[in-house]
Amino acid sequence: MISSNLSAIFYLISGILFILALRGLSSPETSRQGNFLGILGMIIAITVTFLTVGNFSMAMNYVLLFLVIGGAIGAFIAFKIPMTAMPELVAGFHSLVGLAAVFVAVSAFLNPQAFNLGSLGDIKLASLIEMSIGAAIGAITFSGSIIAFLKLRGIMSGSPITFTGQHFLNLILGILIIVLIYFLCKTQSASFFWGMIAASFLIGVLLIIPIGGADMPVVISMLNSYSGWAAAGIGFTLENTALIITGALVGSSGAILSYIMCKGMNRSFFSVILGGFGGDSTADKGKKKDQKPVKSGNAEDAAFLLKNSSSVIIVPGYGMAVAQAQHVLREMADVLKKNDIKVSYAVHPVAGRMPGHMNVLLAEANVPYDEVFELEDINNDFANTDVAFVIGANDVTNPIAKTDPQSPIYGMPVLDVEKCKSVLFVKRSLSPGYAGVDNELFYRENTMMLFADAKKMTEDIVKNI
Amino acid sequence: MEIDPFIFRFSIFILSIFIGYYVVWSVTPSLHTPLMSVTNAISSVIIVGAIIAALASSSNNIFETSNIFGFLAIILAAVNIFGGFLVTQRMLQMYKKKKKDKK
Repeated sequence: MISSNLSAIFYLISGILFILALRGLSSPETSRQGNFLGILGMIIAITVTFLTVGNFSMAMNYVLLFLVIGGAIGAFIAFKIPMTAMPELVAGFHSLVGLAAVFVAVSAFLNPQAFNLGSLGDIKLASLIEMSIGAAIGAITFSGSIIAFLKLRGIMSGSPITFTGQHFLNLILGILIIVLIYFLCKTQSASFFWGMIAASFLIGVLLIIPIGGADMPVVISMLNSYSGWAAAGIGFTLENTALIITGALVGSSGAILSYIMCKGMNRSFFSVILGGFGGDSTADKGKKKDQKPVKSGNAEDAAFLLKNSSSVIIVPGYGMAVAQAQHVLREMADVLKKNDIKVSYAVHPVAGRMPGHMNVLLAEANVPYDEVFELEDINNDFANTDVAFVIGANDVTNPIAKTDPQSPIYGMPVLDVEKCKSVLFVKRSLSPGYAGVDNELFYRENTMMLFADAKKMTEDIVKNI
Repeated sequence: MEIDPFIFRFSIFILSIFIGYYVVWSVTPSLHTPLMSVTNAISSVIIVGAIIAALASSSNNIFETSNIFGFLAIILAAVNIFGGFLVTQRMLQMYKKKKKDKK
């Protein structure tokens, strides 16, 4: 048993360690140390909680047992998961945080004495509001993340699901949740509590289904943020500093990531959240693509071009992740480097399905991180580069975003690949990308289309160099 | 007049948002995926609430409904803590610098 003042100090320390864990991520060198500090913070928080409760009874054995079971499952997943599945893993993990928040809130509601919140049917008003908010956000995080998980995993179609009155229904549900919390506070009746949680689960589903696959970077970041706010809500209920600090950190982290992702697409957060983007309905699709000539080539042509260049910029996109082409891409880069060709990688902020997705895949394939550049750092280099090798990316290279104010992607920052002397574009067909916009780049004089699976084509190129 | 302890917690909350804001902006974009997995792991510190809930005893029965929800929350949070930190560690191990001998 330790005093609650002492435990509060320890919770503060673990909160600070979590801040340092995030601080470590400012560079890859310090990041591993940061992760250890995060683990240390977690160990302190859990140990202190055991000591504060001080109830070393039978129940303790079960707590440890469940801790080990959960931990073993988590460790197993962490070691087995392929890096390409990282987006759905993160979505899945968010759903667990959300559900855990709901469970803790339910437990606090059913047994308020354990948390010093009053007694059943007579819970302190402030605590009731705090736990309701925690439970509601937790429930939204849970069901929203499940939908995001299903979409990313491909179990559910990535295309948006919309119906008339959708936003109106969400609004009604939102108001309903607030009304239910109000009546819960007035009457302390459990049925309002359950109703509020059910409505929150439902709204979580409805919020995410209209959002299309390539908007997932925003959705994942947003759910990341929600899971933080849910934790903070529970932190207020439990009067626990570590939870409040962590919740605030995670909440603002997710919000910043959502902002960065929206900016990378030049779309407002609301237009992403309201969804419906990237459906099949885009009007001018297919209008002009039949007439224009396209230059296509095979692996030998591509290999010839690459071998005779002196600098190459590789532009990876989601297609590389789908084809698992990152390893063979690195092999190609190694061969080129052996021939004294300068190779670098250009990563667009929204390439892939989550923030930093491409960077992780390239790192997995042993690409040194100082060869990988962000959009603003490399965009000027395209003009004095011989070959741009676009593999699995599309919309993020479309020059139309700079020229046509009518285009849905107008104003989106794009990689200036067309400024290279020649562009190799690995793609399965001429079909437009996620935004439903035809890519002008396909028809340029200096573009050579390589129609094939990204991995297969890269392998063939390696053979031919 | 005494200040409500809620205000103190609220102050901590607001200040932490500011700390989060500045710390996260300084995270390099190439580490955004590990950032998400590590924030996921640390937000599972919610396990402290789960432990309190699981160990709370109002009767001799250690499997009251509220305890059961606590136990379930422990499993979920534990999956996240171990999974989140370990997968972050695995990712961070992969970020390597260019080998010196190459150039």
